[in-house]
Amino acid sequence: MNDPHMRTPLGRVYGLGSARDGAGAWWGMRLSSIALVPLSLWWVIAIIAHAGADYAEFRHWVASPVPAILLILTLGVTCYHLAHGVQEVVEDYVHTEAAKIAILIAVKFGAVVLAVAGIFSVLRIAFGS
Amino acid sequence: MPSVNRPLSPHLQVYRPQLTSILSISHRLMGLALSVGTVFLVWQLVAAASGPAEYATFQGLAGSWLGLLLLVGWSFALFYHLANGIRHLVWDAGYGFDLATTYRSGQIVVVAAIALTVIAWIVALGIWGGR
Repeated sequence: MNDPHMRTPLGRVYGLGSARDGAGAWWGMRLSSIALVPLSLWWVIAIIAHAGADYAEFRHWVASPVPAILLILTLGVTCYHLAHGVQEVVEDYVHTEAAKIAILIAVKFGAVVLAVAGIFSVLRIAFGS
Repeated sequence: MPSVNRPLSPHLQVYRPQLTSILSISHRLMGLALSVGTVFLVWQLVAAASGPAEYATFQGLAGSWLGLLLLVGWSFALFYHLANGIRHLVWDAGYGFDLATTYRSGQIVVVAAIALTVIAWIVALGIWGGR
């Protein structure tokens, strides 16, 4: 994500930019966006279709190989995309340095917790309680 | 107080609202809403992995009219963010920057988001009805 070739030599020397690695962050956001076009489309349809599902029905769906794989991919990419998207908003609107850093740390930690909790749950259901 | 002494963007209040600016800020608001929605969907997975009692607690909210309203809102936010996200990717590739095209693509995004939400829920109600 921090590929030095994404930046001009002058830009590298200056070492400036939103978080000193803006080019890599920009590219990461584009990659996750492209991945989420099919993944999120599948996700929203699947979630709506299983909205009324009871406990056994929902677990049966999560445990099937293709939904389990797609759920794990979607959760991973979504949490990456979410963390960087919220970061952009915070950097634009929170102008007090201490509050900004505190919120950014909370967002990063929260996104990792979400991803781990979601993926662990899918694996636990898939591999049997 | 801002800790930097220079003009800080964006200034939402000083411009007359236009379709382009409304869609732009909506993209961010929908993104934030989707983040909150993701917390609920992870809760559902954790509940399903934990046991029937935990899942029943989740269903208590999800099965209510408020839960259904949140889900409809989440699906609309996702379809909107998805459609407008594709619009952004097209811009990133260097296309569609002239004013007429920008407005046209914006209108398409609004229509697509509403249409996809309506279609998805008609199909979903069909699936539920068939159960």
